[in-house]
Amino acid sequence: MTKILVVDDSNSIRDMVSFTLKGAGYETVEARDGREGLNTAQGGGFDLVISDVNMPNMDGISLCQALRELPAFKFTPILMLTTESSGDMKQRGKAAGATGWLVKPFNPEKLLATIKRVVR
Amino acid sequence: MSVDLSQFIPTFLEESFEGLALMESSLLSLEVDDNETIHSIFRAAHSIKGGAGTFGFDKVTEFTHLVETLLDEMRDGRRVIASADIELLLESVDCIRLLIESARDQSGYDEAKVAQTSQALSKSLSQGASLPGAENTPESEGEAEPDAVQWQISFIPGHHLVKTGNDPLLLFNALADLGPLELSAQASELPSLSDMDPQELYLSWHLVLTSAASEAEIREVFEWVEDECQLELAQLSGQGKQDKESCNSPPDVTTSGEQVTAEELAEPTTIAAADKSPEKKPEKAQVKNKQDAGSIRVGVDKVDNLINLVGELVITQSMLSELGNDFELSKLERLTSGLEQLLQNTKELQESVMRIRMLPISFAFNRFPRLVHDLSKKTGKAIELVINGEQTELDKTVMEQIGDPLVHLVRNAVDHGIEPAEIRKAKGKPEQGTIKLDAYHLGGNIVIEIKDDGGGINKEVVLNKAIDKGLVEASSNLSESQIFDLIFEPGFSTAKELSDISGRGVGMDVVKKNIQSLGGRIQIESEQDKGSTFRVNLPLTLAILDGQLVRVGSEIYVIPLIAIVESLQAKAELINRVSGDMLLYRLREDNVPVLPIYQLFSLPADTTEVENSLLVVVEADGQKVGLMVDDLLAQQQVVIKSLKDNYQQVDGISGATILGDGSVAMILDIPGMIQLAMKSAQKNQAQHYSANVLAGETV
Repeated sequence: MTKILVVDDSNSIRDMVSFTLKGAGYETVEARDGREGLNTAQGGGFDLVISDVNMPNMDGISLCQALRELPAFKFTPILMLTTESSGDMKQRGKAAGATGWLVKPFNPEKLLATIKRVVR
Repeated sequence: MSVDLSQFIPTFLEESFEGLALMESSLLSLEVDDNETIHSIFRAAHSIKGGAGTFGFDKVTEFTHLVETLLDEMRDGRRVIASADIELLLESVDCIRLLIESARDQSGYDEAKVAQTSQALSKSLSQGASLPGAENTPESEGEAEPDAVQWQISFIPGHHLVKTGNDPLLLFNALADLGPLELSAQASELPSLSDMDPQELYLSWHLVLTSAASEAEIREVFEWVEDECQLELAQLSGQGKQDKESCNSPPDVTTSGEQVTAEELAEPTTIAAADKSPEKKPEKAQVKNKQDAGSIRVGVDKVDNLINLVGELVITQSMLSELGNDFELSKLERLTSGLEQLLQNTKELQESVMRIRMLPISFAFNRFPRLVHDLSKKTGKAIELVINGEQTELDKTVMEQIGDPLVHLVRNAVDHGIEPAEIRKAKGKPEQGTIKLDAYHLGGNIVIEIKDDGGGINKEVVLNKAIDKGLVEASSNLSESQIFDLIFEPGFSTAKELSDISGRGVGMDVVKKNIQSLGGRIQIESEQDKGSTFRVNLPLTLAILDGQLVRVGSEIYVIPLIAIVESLQAKAELINRVSGDMLLYRLREDNVPVLPIYQLFSLPADTTEVENSLLVVVEADGQKVGLMVDDLLAQQQVVIKSLKDNYQQVDGISGATILGDGSVAMILDIPGMIQLAMKSAQKNQAQHYSANVLAGETV
């Protein structure tokens, strides 16, 4: 089953993303911030990472950089959840090795449609 | 397909209110160059905006966006944090709260305030750093709904594309969702096997998509890779089938060690439009409206503790069951100690479970720094707020209901308690007034004190006012505390004119009523020119009650201790019989109606004579009645079980409890009983009257 790591410091967003993904038949693992996300990721076996940008302890950009350095995450799609739709944010994400971004607010249909671009 | 997200709204709301509280307290303590605080305020705003957008609370999103932009400028150091900004942000926090509440309750809100604040925000933004240019939404979607047309797409990805986690095959799948897709791969760039890096991508593609989608929609699919590829889109003229010549590059693919299997993509393939099998509908049962369920955040330590205790309980249980396997009298001692252990475990378990519902009172106190800050600005009085005991724990339900009364008391302290600076100075007091909020446990209760060092309550003024309003007789001789209690009478207000602050249509009578409905009480201590203390006494939880057990016939009832004024033995000479069966008992200057419980509940009682019987005088809603009982038993804490859940609502009974011997005792609902008694008295009177009329008597 496709396993997705969801990293966000907001309970409601995390729950929502997770719920939507589970409803669509994906398996999800949640983490509350970048640091927790990175720790969880060490376990490996993820097909996709969806991470918020603004988080305490370790932000999404740093998480993305750190993940890309792990051999297991070399090709793994990493999507940044962001409300900042500015080009600057996208550039920073890209530079850190992110695959793409999801601009909040998004609806469940959109989320599912979008991630199909990166996972089977 | 649609996914119902409404079940997450309560979490979102809870989180948002927490976020707002955090924003508020951070703003109040914000100092210049305190970047970490700004960051946390920003994050809170950011989360609210994100969530609100997702749940379709557009007004919240719109408004919070402004706030976020302002905070962003502060965060990036593009804006100096001025105190005016902080005031503005505090106002904004209020507005967001209003908007969220209105979204939650689907009710209206103070539009003028929100509009005003949002204008102020926009103004502040345009004055400060550049206003983020309204991001022009591209695309003129004005064109009439197009029919499916053919798009020719040339997609030449950069060699490192897969290292960003993107996968061309999945992109093509996404394109195929838009309409039938034909594609052919070009492998001309493919190096010889020895030169090939298996982590690079050497293929490029030619695609033909037949779809009604706009160019923007198609480009959106490539959104994440547009910087890493060459992408060309062309609309083929005419609706007709496009001649295949345009993608004339022959598929000359050799096998590559690529992630994307070349064969799969090489031949022109038509990928069937969207296969939606994995999108199972979420189970409907789950999506029940849980709006009102409410949730609670519990510290992990409390849960761990609970698990420990359950562990111990299991150990005790296994020990006891082993003991029971082949029990001999010699093991009696071990059995006794085992049972003792069980008792201990149960007790601890009960306490731990209770603690889960307990939250530190800081949840209720948190709003006061802001409140006092605002009030002190509004009144021009310098006031320091000192908060103690904010870690004192209190049941969540009690906490939720005590918030408003406390706000009222604090407002009162600021408005009526603390004097203006000149007067304070004249009295030789420091110009800055102090309000102390304190919470502590006392017995099974929590005590909350609101103490000000203001002018105190002027007894004369209160008494005169009460006489004016006809609340008391001019001749009545009242003690100090009785005079203070007058301010809790309905229709009493000492403020010379209703001010914006405390005159909000809620009187002290409502405060008292709310506190009483929680099973609590409020006391006042006050000294002229020194200040006043309002002391609120609340039960720690609504699940446990301090009760007085009484016996009527063979039944045992529980009377809430808090309602009891006194218990006495009825003296014959103080009993008056009024019309019908109504008995009045003279209790000092009051006439207290006597309510025989045996009559009310139709029970056989030991005594039906009021003379020398036991009367428990109780009070509710300002009305005293004497409950006639056979015997007074122990006072003890009882756990309240709902009758409604287990049986059905019964008038005059608020619940039941299970006593130590396993029998069930009813808990009397004092206000309910008084109403019941009033009703039956009226009925009796009416019957009495009609009986007399029938008998031809004159009444």
